[in-house]
Order: sequence, then C-alpha cells, then structure tokens
Amino acid sequence: MLYDKTVVAKSDRIKKLVDHLYAKMPEIEAARAELITESYKETEGLPVYTRKALAFKHMMEKLPIIIRPDELIVGSTTIAPRGCQTYPEFSYDWMEAEFDTVEKRSADPFYIAEDTKKRLLEANKYWKGKTTSELATSLMAPETLRGMKHNFFTPGNYFYNGVGHYTVQYDQVLALGLRGIQARAKAELDSCNVGDANYVKKSCFLKAVLISCEAVITYANRYADLAEEMAAKEGNSARKQELLTIAQVCRKVPENPANTFQEACQSFWFIQQVLQIESSGHSISPGRFDQYMYPYYEKDRNNGTLTREYAQELIDCIWVKLNDLNKCRDAASAEGFAGYSLFQNLIVGGQTPEGKDATNDLSFMCITASEHVFLPMPSLSIRVWNGSSQDLLLRAAELTRTGIGLPAYYNDEVIIPALVSRGVSLDDARGYNIIGCVEPQAPGKTHGWHDAAFFNMCRPLEMVFTNGYDQGEVASIQTGDVESFQTFEEFFEAYKKQMDYNISLMVNADNAIDVAHATLAPLPFASCLVDDCIKRGMSMEEGGAVYNFTGPQGFGIANVADSLYTVKKLVFDEKKVTLGELKRALEMNFGKGLDEITATETAVRVGKALVEAGEEITPDIIATTIKQVLEYKLPAAEQARYEEIWEMINDLPKFGNDIDDVDILAKEAAYTYTRPLETFKNPRGGQFQAGLYPVSANVPLGAQTGATPDGRLAHTPVADGVSPTSGKDVCGPTAACNSVAKLDHAIASNGTLFNMKMHPTAMAGQKGLESFVTLVRGYFDQKGMHMQFNVVDKATLLEAQKHPEKYSGLVVRVAGYSALFTTLSKSLQDDIIRRTEQAANR
Amino acid sequence: MKEYRNVTGRIFDIQRYSIHDGVGVRTLIFLKGCALHCKWCCNPESQNFEIETMVVNGRKKVTGRDVTVGEVLDTVQKDMPYFLRSGGGITLSGGECTLQPEFAAALLQGAKDMGISTAIESMAYAKYESIEKLLPYLDTYLMDIKHMNPKKHEQFTGRENTRMLENAKKVAASRQCELIIRVPVVPGFNDTEAEILEIAKFADSLPGVQQIHLLPYHNFGQGKYESLGRDYPMGDAPIPSAGKMDSLKAVVEKNTALYCQIGG
Repeated sequence: MLYDKTVVAKSDRIKKLVDHLYAKMPEIEAARAELITESYKETEGLPVYTRKALAFKHMMEKLPIIIRPDELIVGSTTIAPRGCQTYPEFSYDWMEAEFDTVEKRSADPFYIAEDTKKRLLEANKYWKGKTTSELATSLMAPETLRGMKHNFFTPGNYFYNGVGHYTVQYDQVLALGLRGIQARAKAELDSCNVGDANYVKKSCFLKAVLISCEAVITYANRYADLAEEMAAKEGNSARKQELLTIAQVCRKVPENPANTFQEACQSFWFIQQVLQIESSGHSISPGRFDQYMYPYYEKDRNNGTLTREYAQELIDCIWVKLNDLNKCRDAASAEGFAGYSLFQNLIVGGQTPEGKDATNDLSFMCITASEHVFLPMPSLSIRVWNGSSQDLLLRAAELTRTGIGLPAYYNDEVIIPALVSRGVSLDDARGYNIIGCVEPQAPGKTHGWHDAAFFNMCRPLEMVFTNGYDQGEVASIQTGDVESFQTFEEFFEAYKKQMDYNISLMVNADNAIDVAHATLAPLPFASCLVDDCIKRGMSMEEGGAVYNFTGPQGFGIANVADSLYTVKKLVFDEKKVTLGELKRALEMNFGKGLDEITATETAVRVGKALVEAGEEITPDIIATTIKQVLEYKLPAAEQARYEEIWEMINDLPKFGNDIDDVDILAKEAAYTYTRPLETFKNPRGGQFQAGLYPVSANVPLGAQTGATPDGRLAHTPVADGVSPTSGKDVCGPTAACNSVAKLDHAIASNGTLFNMKMHPTAMAGQKGLESFVTLVRGYFDQKGMHMQFNVVDKATLLEAQKHPEKYSGLVVRVAGYSALFTTLSKSLQDDIIRRTEQAANR
Repeated sequence: MKEYRNVTGRIFDIQRYSIHDGVGVRTLIFLKGCALHCKWCCNPESQNFEIETMVVNGRKKVTGRDVTVGEVLDTVQKDMPYFLRSGGGITLSGGECTLQPEFAAALLQGAKDMGISTAIESMAYAKYESIEKLLPYLDTYLMDIKHMNPKKHEQFTGRENTRMLENAKKVAASRQCELIIRVPVVPGFNDTEAEILEIAKFADSLPGVQQIHLLPYHNFGQGKYESLGRDYPMGDAPIPSAGKMDSLKAVVEKNTALYCQIGG
C-alpha cells in the first residue's frame, strides 16, 4: 500500500487539552457507586444479566456528564479530569481502609473529598457479602489461600476488579452502529425456539444486550443535548460551530454507522469509554486503530472533505481522552501497576489477513499523535514482520528516541505461529493485536484473561532451600533437605516440583475468580461486541468468546537462571561451596545485614514457637527480637566466608551476556513455568498460557523475597520479564538481545517482556535510528517476541554515577563510538550528562 | 576447519554494536600495538604491543590478550543477524592493525567467508607488503591522514608521514577497496582551514576517493591515561566547536569534489 508519511504539526488545542487534564491531582467520584447500588437494590431477585443491564442503563442515564473546554471528541467518565469512579460490585474493603492514605501514597495518589467518602461508605454497605472477591475467596482451596498468603503468586488484579483485557469489535460498531448490533441480537433471539434447552438463559442474555446498547445510545444523545445547550450559550463563534458539530455527531453515532472520519473517531471513543463504566477491568485495548479507522479516513480524504491536519487533530484528541480515563487500585496493586496506567494498548502496522504489509497513513499519524500528546496513553505498540515498512520502523524509532518509552515492538513472526499453536485460525492470528502490556490475542473474538496473576519464580526456589517452610510454618510441599542433594539434577528436580505445586495453586485461584466473575459479573455490553457471544447467547465471562485463555505471568527468570548457574558451578562442578553453606548464606543475606522485613519475619517465627511451647508472647518479646535481629553480628569468620561466597557468585557469568552455559539455564528455568502451565484448563473451556512479564510488580514482589543464590540481596527487586538482571548485562545490547532470544518465546504465548535501556546519544542521527531498527530486527530474526526501550535521561545518568553496579548495561554514544556508560571516566560521564541536557532542548 | 582460524594475534578489546566505523552495525576488534604515539590518542592502551596493567576504579585490570582468529570470529558470529540486517560486519581498529598483518588478514578473510562486510581503521604506517596482504579481503579502508607537513606530523605523532602518504597512493591505485580518508581535527595541530584543505586536496587527488570524514578532537581518553599512570599530553586543549567543524567542512566541500562528513 502507498502511504503518506509526512508529519503534520501539532495544533494549539492539544496543549490546552493536556494542560487542563493535568492541572490537578486526579479525584475519586461517588456517582457510579451510588447509581449501581440504587439499581441493584431495585432489581433484587431478577436474573444477573438483567440486573447488570438495568444497572448499566441507570448509569448511562444518570451519570453526570461534561464537555471539557476545547474538546472535539467528547465523553468523560468523571467530572474531574482524570478522575475515577468506583466499582463496589467487585470489591470495596481495601478502598475504605485506604480512604485516609490514598491521597498521600507514593504510587498513583488520588484526592478524595470527605463528602465522597461518606457517599461511598453508604453505597458500599449494600455490597457486603455480594462482591466477586468475596465469592472468589470462598471458592478457593485452603492451600491456595495459604499460597497467596506466602506470596508465591498474587491474582490481585481480577480478584479485586473487573477483568477487562479485551478488544471489542470497534469496526462493527463503526460499520453497523449499535442499531446494527441490536439487529443482530434480535435476529438471534427471533431464530430461537422457546423450547430450546438454552432459551431461558440465552433470551435473557440477548435482552440484556438490547437494553445495554440502547443505554449507550441514550448516553450519546445526552452529550448531543449538552453540546447544543453549550453552543447556545457560547460567545466564540468558532467554538460554537465546533459544539454544534459535536452535537450533530453524537446524535448520529454510535447509534448509526459512521460516515465521516470524525464520526468514526467519536463512535470509537464512546465505545472505549463506556466499556470502562460497565466494569472496572483495565487493559481494554483499542488494538488495530490504524486498520479499522482507515476506511473512514480514506473516504474523506478521497472526497476532499478532510485535511490531514484536521485528521491528526482528531486523533490527537482521542489520545488525550485515553488519558482522561483512570482507575484507583489498592495500594499494593498500585505499586504493581504504577503510573495511573489503564494499559489501553493501541497497535499499528503488521499484516493484513492475506499476509501483506498493513502500513498506511494512519500508522504514521498514530506515532505522531503520541509525539504530540506525549502522555502514557495509549500504550502505543508496533507490529514488526519481515516485510514491515522500514519507513514506519524509522518513524517509530524517532518516537522511541524522545524517551517516552513508546512504542513497544512486537514480532509477528513469533506471535502469529504462537497463536496458531493455541488454536487461533491463521486469518485471526494475522489480525492479532496486543492487550495491556504485551499480551497477543485475536481482537473481538477472545476473552483472554491475560493478566490473571503474578507468579514469583524466586519463591519456589527459596522453598527448595527451606524444604517448604516459610516464616515458621509449612508453606509449600517438602522436597527434601537441600543438603541431601548429590547432583545438580536433583536440586533442579526439587525446584521443578516446587514450581509444579505452586503453579497448580495459582490455577485454582484463577479458576475460582473466573467462576466468581461468571456468576456475579457477566457483562452484556462488552460481550455483544465479542464473537460469538450473541450467537451462543452467553457472556464472555461464561465462555461466550470464540477463543478463551487464562494467562498468568511468571517473572524472575534471570534470577532463577543465575541462581541455578551458581548452584551448578560453585556447588557441584567446582565444589567451592556446599549447599548447606549457601543455605545459611542466603538466610544471613550474604552477611550484608538483615533488614526490618527479615526482623519482623523472625519475630513472627519466634512468637509462633512460643505459642506452640505454651508460653505467652508480649509486645516486649517481639520488640526485643526485632532489635536483636537488626543488631545481629555474625562471627567474623562466618561473615568473611559469606562475603567470599558473595564475591564468587558475582564473578560468575550472568544471563544477558550471550554465554550459552548460562543462557541455556535461563531457557530451562522459563520452561519450569511455561510447560506445566499450558496443561491446565479454565472454566470457560480454554487453556492456560504463560506470560513472562512483570508489569512493575518485580519491585514490590521482590520485597517479599529473601536473598537468592544469584547474589541478589533480600527484598531487593527481582528481574523484570525476560530481561537480564539490571546491571548484569555488560556486553552491550546485541549480547543482551541474543541471550534473551535464546528463551523459547513462542510457548509464552501470553507475551514476554524485554526491557532495554538506551542512551539518547546511542540513537543520535540517522545512523543511530537505523542501527536501532537493526537491533530490533536482529532480535526478532532470532525469534524474540517483544522489546521496549528506556532512553534514559539525566536523572538516571546521575543515579548511574552514584550506583554504577546497577547500570553496567547502560549504553551511551560517546563520540565516534558507543560505549557502556559506567566504564567511562567520571569526567566523561559528566560531559555526557551535560550533553543530555542539550539533547533534550533540541 | 579453516587454517586461518589458528592464526594468533594480540587485541585489547572487542566492541559489539558499534555504529560509527563503517556501514551498518559492526563489531570492532581493537588490535594492540601502534607505531605512532599521537598526543591526542584516545586509546593510549593501544599504543604498546606489550600486555599492560591499568588501574580502573581502584581495581587492577590487565589490558591486552593473545587470541586466535577462530576465537574472535566466534564472537563476531554471534551478531550475524544484525550484520545481515544492516550490511554491517567487522572493523579492525587499534592500535594499528597493519602491524599484525597475518592476524589482520586472517580475520578479514574469515569475515568474508562469513559473508559480512570488512573495514579497517588504520593510518597505513606499515610496509606496503603488509597492507597488500589485507586488501583482497577488505571492503573499506578508513585511512587516517593527520597532516601533510612531515615535520609537524613527527612532532605530534612521533613519526614523519612520508610512508603513509606513499601507501595511501598505492592503496588508492590498487582499486581493491573503497578508500575513505579520515582526519582527526586537533587544536594547535591541524585545525586551520589551510591545513585541513591541504589534506582534503591530497585526498581528492587519490583515484577513487570520494569521502572525507573530519573527526573533532575529544578528550574522552583522558581517564585511561590516569589508569595507565601516564600524563595526558593534550592538557586542557579545547574541543573544536560545532561552528568550527561546520566551517572546515564548508571549506573542504567548496574546494574539492569530496563528500565531507563530520564524525564517523
């Protein structure tokens, strides 16, 4: 396809919209919680579909609406910019507990007014004993609850919230309008015989679909009314005209098919927005926007009614709106999903269903929109394949170079076969998009449960050393005294057993939550835009989608790989350290001192032992124990030995340096998660598939993990995704890429995540961009799946100077060559830091 | 196994993902030992052929090791996907690679056998017979010419330039590889328009030469001198400004037919 890649300048409107959006801290609002509660109180005893649909209708009719200054695309879930509603039907306890801290917490703080707290407390009362999280808890096996308590995994995402993580058929709404979707549901209803076995549920579901679509049409018309009212009062004639156009557009879509590009944009936006009112699930991903919007763009361009400037402005407006949606999570989850992100992933490029390059004008304009708006949403992604347009990749590289961390790069050549191997048809696989962080799926046909849990692969490793004990109690299966293992294979076998056991518990947790959502929270509106829910007459939550998966993600591969290498090399090959010594070294954090977390854990253990011995525990005993642990000094010889062991470990080769001996263990470590997991099934009739990515959970979950044999100290972050441990990849970007590519990515069909840090100077000039594209393509040629880049700034470089050990993989462009930052002299580092500032001013 | 894999030589570094010394993404192999001692040299550890000990961040570090061509090529091989995507390959740097001609020729031959591009960064201070050994396997010769005045050349680098200029003519005449002339622009040595233009005119006179690269002096090697326990010969000489480099480029382009590029 021919495309126009010229870049259109940013309009003044966009800056104003962004400034307005970010003027204040985001705020929690109570309207939705009150409305759903009102409706639910009135619908007691009705079928769950009906209750859901009527509640949605009530919200669509009554939620306060607003058109923000200068907006061209309208539809806001809250009156406050970037505000959030609450979703008590999923969970609410945590929010009440955090009412007084949510404004001051470090990750994603929200303002909440005293009056709002009162209103929410009142509404939440109704939900006691009725939430999905309470039902899910009651459905879990006791050992699963124990596993969660001991932090092997956390299914927090869907445990406390809606599921989300889908891409609906935006193209169908644009083409048919919601009237068309209703017609589809009606036709299905008419074709049913009341005597059919599934008629009762099916008819109930389809009627819920009709109500829900009608509700959204009402909602859009409310905006049309508001725009007309505002236009009547508007003094500025240009703005008046804009408001009249908005009114006209909202009157027409999403009820009817879109004719113009602006109508398509507005129709898209209403769908994207209201899906997030129906449920609190995040990662509702726009997907292949450049593909399904293109016909409307092309038509208006061809008939001369649309300038590229106006088209760009409309896209930019959507980008701003994607940042207007927000969600307040519990404090722990906020750490794991830091950055107010709703993970609305939007992807450009890739292939047509026929396997040809799909690049078009809009692919470029989406990249430009991210450059113009310069905000975290959408999570812009780009599909790369052997036939990708080099122009598009170079343009993407320009965006990467700005340091925004976008786009993320995805490899069709691995993802398409991976999806096909999971039963997705070739056409559907070629049409894949990304959900949330890195999860591939067939849009409009999948309920993928893509972010189903975090699984900390380091914790089962700890259990090998403690024989299943954690904090003074049995927390996992017993795989034998670690000191009894005579070979590396025995040790690795024990690890696999610990993995298998805890993976099965995580599956139980996910399946319990899955059943809870199907029982209490089917979503008629989202479901009617996903095949084959209408035809099957059931919601996505119950298995109405064509493709069903559950994808929980493992992380910490690099730590496990390097740990296995330590054991193999130092214990069994070279016999320099015994497993007993290593066990004790880990307990003692390699003699680097014990922190408060360890002290508290020890105090709990002491407390338990006292209780078991029939003695009383007093606050004094606990305080004394904590103090003793914190002040504990090892005997000098022991201390020296642990430090010696730590040095030996640090001198070993590490994953990320293109060294086969270690990299092979990383591949094997990944298999201990990916292979057992794919054998499990979910209640929707689909299978489990592994992801290997951490979002940002590697930091908080690392804080729940003791020292590991790779030399990682207790409670420090574990490695993210499939990336090497920070600071351990010291042989440059190609070596790191090659190491990571040695993993089997295709089996991790729920996505892998590879973070790489680059210095802007390494990407300077045309050659810098071209080489960057080469790096991505070279990694993908070796069957890597995903890459994302941090192009680091001055603050990071200063940090790198202070803590060079953490940044040894940081590449900088020096003069006629690129080099690792920490290997440079202080004066040169200073010079580069100064240069960075200049680069930022370009 | 190819016999050339057993040839040994002495290197002090291998740098992967190098993007400024030849086409595409390249692996740079730094050979140890040089005939010159340029005052501005940014790789002082390259100058002596002997293996040396540096002190980096308080820890001793040996610089220089003897390796076989096979070992080096195994490392080169790892980045094959990037070479294939970008037309890249290996660049021999140094030091002066032509001072280890058998080793250098074997490395280049190995790279050609792998189907990747080859380049050397060299100032051609060697017997022509040595250089000639490399040419059959060489795609691009990035040749340093620092000054046209033999005395001034000797004063700043330790050697006269006569042999290099002769070799430049011979390499150009051989037409066996692309020849690109590179000039380090060093304050107080060759940074006047007249001096740069003189070099450019010479380059322009060489058959087949179409490009000249002006490389602004930088002091990034200073720390390495400290690590080696040596004084930094350039003191606090100023870095040529962007404006200065632009005006030198303009002079070259106005007075010669060469394509002139600032930086590698």
